[in-house]
Amino acid sequence: MTAHAFTRSGLRLHREDRQRITLGMLLVLLVCVSFLGLGLGATGIPMTRVLSILASVINGDTAAPTGEALIVLQVRLPRLLLGMLIGAALASSGALMQGLFRNPLADPGLVGVSSGAALAAAATITLGDRFLASLIGALPFGALPAGAFLGGLFTTLGLYLIATRAGRTSIATMLLAGIALGALANALMGLLAYISDDRQLRDLSFWSLGSLSGATWAKVAGVTPFIVPALLAMPFLARGLNALSLGEAEAFHLGFSVQRVKALAIILVSVSVGASVACAGIIGFVGIVVPHILRLLSGPDHRFLLPASALLGAILLITADIIARVIVAPAELPIGILTAAIGAPFFLWLLLRRRGEMML
Amino acid sequence: MSAMIETRGLSYNRGGRSLVRDVSLEIGKGLFTVIAGPNGAGKSTLLRLLSGELSPTDGEVIFNGSPIRAIPSWRLAHARAVMPQASDLSFPFTALEIANLGIEGIGRGLSRSERSSIALEALERADVVHLAHRNYQTLSGGERQRVHFARALAQLKTGRSVEPRQALFLDEPIASLDLKHQLSLLQEARRLAHGGLTVVAVLHDLQLAASICDDLVLINAGEVVACGSASEVLTPSRLRGAFGVRLTLDHWPRFPWSLA
Repeated sequence: MTAHAFTRSGLRLHREDRQRITLGMLLVLLVCVSFLGLGLGATGIPMTRVLSILASVINGDTAAPTGEALIVLQVRLPRLLLGMLIGAALASSGALMQGLFRNPLADPGLVGVSSGAALAAAATITLGDRFLASLIGALPFGALPAGAFLGGLFTTLGLYLIATRAGRTSIATMLLAGIALGALANALMGLLAYISDDRQLRDLSFWSLGSLSGATWAKVAGVTPFIVPALLAMPFLARGLNALSLGEAEAFHLGFSVQRVKALAIILVSVSVGASVACAGIIGFVGIVVPHILRLLSGPDHRFLLPASALLGAILLITADIIARVIVAPAELPIGILTAAIGAPFFLWLLLRRRGEMML
Repeated sequence: MSAMIETRGLSYNRGGRSLVRDVSLEIGKGLFTVIAGPNGAGKSTLLRLLSGELSPTDGEVIFNGSPIRAIPSWRLAHARAVMPQASDLSFPFTALEIANLGIEGIGRGLSRSERSSIALEALERADVVHLAHRNYQTLSGGERQRVHFARALAQLKTGRSVEPRQALFLDEPIASLDLKHQLSLLQEARRLAHGGLTVVAVLHDLQLAASICDDLVLINAGEVVACGSASEVLTPSRLRGAFGVRLTLDHWPRFPWSLA
């Protein structure tokens, strides 16, 4: 009886408490790096100044803004919010994709969603410039994000159609088809680069490295209606993804509508990745590094993993962005270079650790 | 009318091969039914058809009086649990979290403490409560099977208040278990069958099957060779025909083990 009572009280302690502590710490950390993101950069602004600028906005102070206030409110704040949204979207769609594929190495980049979105964006830059612009004068401002978003959605949908037969999605087919589609998209990107002029080429390379440097309030307003609803919807799939990690048949036995869980996951991933790529280009490895760290910390339960990934993804991308604009100030590095420099060795380390299982 | 599951002319083809052919069966409510047969006979396929996982090419499965394809998955999950052959898992869930998966799908109305006591009781019945916080990926094959048994027990317990007429499907549940746990798992299933649960298990050990089952279905090449009590079904000529083995005793021996 006592042994029984002991196990019973000992149970909760483990993962559920760790999950709560982790979430709390991530929230605190997010607030901290957000303030750093507002203060640090080519022009250093003291924290007290940042706080008073924010306070004057909240109080509805309409006095003419100073130079520092303009930097904080018109440059750094939209950039911070964009980094937060995109980091959260990339990391949690990584977690979602890994749950869907039952493979901790899956990533939106891996199944061609990012590449498809980027290809569509590149096509908009070069071909749109060449053919469309002459017809309608100039390309509208929203053409690029819309193109990238449609490209991501189109790739995901095509992938789904290729891999789904008789109402069931084959994980292996989908992964391999994703690799093939990614390669095809990269080849077409190369072709586009070949036919584009110097200015377009600069745009393209900027795109494929990923950057938050063009952040404006308009961009923030543009991605928010895609990313925020997707982030809010993801946790509703958590139980289904938990069950799915046992296998599709097992998830069905446990009472889940497997096809619905999979279809929703695919839609949410393509919405959030498409919107992210549209705004900031391809920023790799966030989707693979973040969920992995969190699984090591507090376990793989998706009810915890999805919101925690959003938080840590935001923290990671904001931090990377601060580093990107501080280390070579007043110039700045494309953020994709930084995330790849951290993420690629991490990915290799993961592969080495899992080499035994990969032989299957 | 005491059939829990009925099949009529059940057939399943895949890749041009017929895996299950024209199976018409009645599986009695509250009975322990064993499906036996040689490798590749279609035992697991038949089990997956009976549990609603596969749609038959022809014929149908009647579960609790209605066609199983017409029952939505969440309702079916209240009425039956399936213990698969133990598999790999790509994420480091603990044994307790796996058992909880049996409850998460259908037990949303339960309180936190109800859910945790169901999960713990199931882990205890499957003799894995000491592994509750161990990572499933680090467990042995036999321990994994017992964790999945616990998950199935937790699911049945959760669904019982909504649907008291339940079935448990076991696919080679004792394949990697030691002798003690083979006996204790089957006896637990036996005990539940006494309480009204319908148990359908694929087993390879004919002697164990004969000692524990009410009904035995012998299949070969996708067709039912015979069904009935073990002593009726397992005649020397059928054993020779299905398995190519000869019974060297003139009567079916008693099972020599029991739990200490």
